[in-house]
Amino acid sequence: MAMTRQKVLDQYFMDARHKLIDIAAFLDRVERAEGDADFRLEAFHDAMKRLDDKGKDRAQDVLMAFSDPTEEPIPVAPGKGACGAWPGESE
Amino acid sequence: MRFIEPHAHMVSRTTDDYADMATAGCVALCEPAFWAGFDRGSADGFRDYFRQLTEVEPRRAANYGIKHFTWLCINPKESEDIALAADVLSVIPEFMECPNVLGIGEIGLNKNSRNEIKVLQQHVDLAAAHDQLILVHTPHLEDKHKGTRLILDVLKYDSRINPERVMIDHVEEHTIGMVLDAGHWGGMTLYPESKCSPARAIDMVERYGSERLWWDAACDWGPSVPLAVPRTACEMRRRGHDESLIEKIIFENPKSFLSQNDRFRL
Repeated sequence: MAMTRQKVLDQYFMDARHKLIDIAAFLDRVERAEGDADFRLEAFHDAMKRLDDKGKDRAQDVLMAFSDPTEEPIPVAPGKGACGAWPGESE
Repeated sequence: MRFIEPHAHMVSRTTDDYADMATAGCVALCEPAFWAGFDRGSADGFRDYFRQLTEVEPRRAANYGIKHFTWLCINPKESEDIALAADVLSVIPEFMECPNVLGIGEIGLNKNSRNEIKVLQQHVDLAAAHDQLILVHTPHLEDKHKGTRLILDVLKYDSRINPERVMIDHVEEHTIGMVLDAGHWGGMTLYPESKCSPARAIDMVERYGSERLWWDAACDWGPSVPLAVPRTACEMRRRGHDESLIEKIIFENPKSFLSQNDRFRL
């Protein structure tokens, strides 16, 4: 690690603060909107809980919170795209 | 600063991008075959694309003093159609002796389906039969972790494959460890919205070391930045890293991996 903790804060705090406020505003926007949400919002809330984890693996933990945990290949690709969160086996 | 851009889809980029990359110090780039944003209808469509990769793009790059290399395959996004994939696989050997072809890629998985795995195995067989390097695309977003594990299983199962001759691209924090542990090289793709940010890419170098890793822009027709590699190098410099370490990641490492094919000469 080339930087001290103080330098990390000097260099990245404003950027992280900006992104955190954007996340808060995104959640407010979802709350204000009408209609049903889908599995992505639940996955997002679950992933945010990983930010409270101790240690140095929060990025990995958040990525895993959004990931397909199954092990077997699926029978047929349903399309080409990915939406960012695993919908579950019933979707 | 000199750098190698080891993954760029220049058929999607303007000539201005070549000029900017050359200005920033790009001396060579590698262009894997990929999905064009639409499904091609026949193997002839791929034959034309492979001609573009082996004839046209090297000339465009040479105008700016950049060496152009390429990789051939049918991308996993088009692998669900196994009949088309078989036709394309039969075309690839026609181009394998072209002077800028480095190997088979970017092969891999997209949605982790059975057909995608069959076509991946066929590509791995083709690479092994012709002693080619392999460049692997790992799936996007929620499919990446599972897909990376399935890909590693396919590679491990084929005893002809030397792990050091395989680059697994688009690694992130949850996949980099398993890729390096399997003895492969790992690529971090620097995208503005998905995959990996410059800060996270540098974090991973700080955590996993600099061996068998590279950065790439994978610039294509989607949100992507052709100068992502030199910009990340600048970010690394801001953190206080040595120039020798920066050069290792953006020049020496890609050179080492790619030079396993004698055609890669700077």
